[in-house]
Amino acid sequence: MTVRIKTDGLAKSYRIKHASKATRFSEQLMRFAKNPIAALRGTKETSEEFWAVRDVSFEITDGEVIGVIGRNGAGKSTLLKLLSRITDPTRGRIELNGRVASLLEVGTGFHPELTGRENIFLNGAILGMSRAEIRRKFDEIVDFAEIDRFLDTPVKRYSSGMYVRLAFAVAAHLEPEILIVDEVLAVGDAQFQKKCIGKMNSVAEGGRTVLFVSHQMGAVSQLCTRCLYMKSGELVADGETQEIIETYLSDGTGETRVLNRSRKDAGSTTPVWIKNLSTRNEASQPISSFAHDEKIVMEMDFESTAPVLPRGLAISICLQDTLNRRVFTDYRIVDRLIATDPYHIKIALPEGIIAPGNYSFIVSLHTFQSEVFDRLERVCEFSVVDNGTRMSMFRAGDTGCLLADCEWSLPESIVKKEAA
Amino acid sequence: MVTDTRLRRSAKYSRHYKIMEHKIVIEAGTGSRQYWIDIIRFRELFYFLAWRDVLVRYKQTVVGVAWAVIRPLLMMIVFSVVFGQLAKLPSDGIPYPILVFAALLPWQFFASALSESSNSLVGNANLVSKIYFPRLVLPTSSVIVAFVDFVISFSILLGLMTWYGFYPTARIFCLPLFIGLAFIAALGPGLLVAALNVRFRDFRYVIPFVVQMGLYVSPVGFQSSVVPEKWRLLYSMNPMVGVIDGFRWAICGNTELYLPGFLLSLSFVAIMLIAGLAFFRKTERTFADVI
Repeated sequence: MTVRIKTDGLAKSYRIKHASKATRFSEQLMRFAKNPIAALRGTKETSEEFWAVRDVSFEITDGEVIGVIGRNGAGKSTLLKLLSRITDPTRGRIELNGRVASLLEVGTGFHPELTGRENIFLNGAILGMSRAEIRRKFDEIVDFAEIDRFLDTPVKRYSSGMYVRLAFAVAAHLEPEILIVDEVLAVGDAQFQKKCIGKMNSVAEGGRTVLFVSHQMGAVSQLCTRCLYMKSGELVADGETQEIIETYLSDGTGETRVLNRSRKDAGSTTPVWIKNLSTRNEASQPISSFAHDEKIVMEMDFESTAPVLPRGLAISICLQDTLNRRVFTDYRIVDRLIATDPYHIKIALPEGIIAPGNYSFIVSLHTFQSEVFDRLERVCEFSVVDNGTRMSMFRAGDTGCLLADCEWSLPESIVKKEAA
Repeated sequence: MVTDTRLRRSAKYSRHYKIMEHKIVIEAGTGSRQYWIDIIRFRELFYFLAWRDVLVRYKQTVVGVAWAVIRPLLMMIVFSVVFGQLAKLPSDGIPYPILVFAALLPWQFFASALSESSNSLVGNANLVSKIYFPRLVLPTSSVIVAFVDFVISFSILLGLMTWYGFYPTARIFCLPLFIGLAFIAALGPGLLVAALNVRFRDFRYVIPFVVQMGLYVSPVGFQSSVVPEKWRLLYSMNPMVGVIDGFRWAICGNTELYLPGFLLSLSFVAIMLIAGLAFFRKTERTFADVI
């Protein structure tokens, strides 16, 4: 095992400038006398240090596919920029052992006036391929991008899909020891994304190191064996993918309850809005952690200004898992509202079928003419804890979101008879 | 059997060696110690960027590359008429158009090399902020485009010489030396301005102005011997004076070089190159942050 990337106390700071206005004329005059150019700009600048990345240390060996996750502004992209040598660290040290290719943006360096063929060569060179290498892989790239008919058309006439496909195709055929990829899967259609993931998987199987930033947890969990979780510039967790994704998703944002929303929060023109939401147990205690065989009740209050809704009102809930995959949806129709008092409803989820894991809801008040009055996403996060399901022995694997007890018919000859 | 293991071992060794070759340590404040090795490794990128700029330059134009001929040709006509016919400046028996063109060639090369290279970083901001490569590749490769134009318009000079039946002396073989000098004369300030342009976009307005003025300040329409003797040394502080005099010396072959002036020009070219390079290298590491 070779260590491919090693960082030690890596940090990067930027100076950010704040403008403060001088208010009095005499002040302005004084400033003009001191520094005419700055004064004419009309602002006085004060600057502050901002640490985009601080004290990040980790080691990555070859053949590892590492996901870097975190919210916007957590320092993921800066970290990738440091590792790909675009910007210099303020403190700390990086050791890179092998050729590095970074793909921070799809189609960097594509020139709109040049043809697809010319751009393949240009982009290849920009990403660090030699001419001979590009020539050798040219057909493969064209095949992958599915653009052979438009090879001699300037890329400015390409559809955005073709453009992205070509750009990714070039990058996908790089053969560095270390590949750094930022959010490139956010573009392109589903089929192409699938192809890209497949390609990246095969890159990793070839023993190369891949560092991959994405907000799509589905892609991260499919691709990566290990994850780094960044939060306001710091590396807060480093470990096995599923575990880190769970940490990330349950960190901070997940509100376990919604309390006292007003009409304004829902967009002040709506006639109905959700006021309170919470998950409770059978005894109506608000909790957010349930045993797998415990009853889960969602309680909701909603308010309304209009007693009559001409097109009726549908209340729907949708259960989703941490990767935002929907588990199920259910709804009820309300024909009329009789008072402007809060309405209180209880929705009991079916018992014992939700598999251990973390979940949240999408709750929505709408009509069937797809008019949405109020909608909340990723609310009421709760976890289901395994207290002895049949699946508990498979803890490591993904057994899905539902505990389904199927009826099996097996020939008796292959099953050990149970003791009567 | 023995050879087999030895082969395998050597293959393993060479692979190991290859990776070792790419081992990079980045420490805060020091940058990469193998900058110049990197430049050699990125020579293909240098080539491709130059190739791109050349390809793109005359795309979607009707007359295309002919622009590289038309512009200097028209300028030569105007200068010959104004300085040769109207002002009647001395030409030492050399056809005035040839005299002008011998200076116009390096001047045009210098002017477009300077503007191209000083805009090269800002014009390729997307590359600078998304990809690592030695940034020096950008301004230097953009000079190549200017050089291609230079080669094309050189054909006009050959045409003119045939037309006037004017044949150069053996000095013409020194011309590549002066071309190199023009290259360096443009690159020095080009690097400096390119780096400054990253932070202060003011230079985007300064350079066209400098180029416009420089055309009249430099001895393009006239010979530098026209300048009064006492001002001549001072005049030679303009690096392009040395370059243009050199071109005329090699092509027209009539005058002797004004040596003190030429050396002064030469040293200014060298100073600009060193200053430009030093400043570029010093600020280079922050380009991606401020561009």
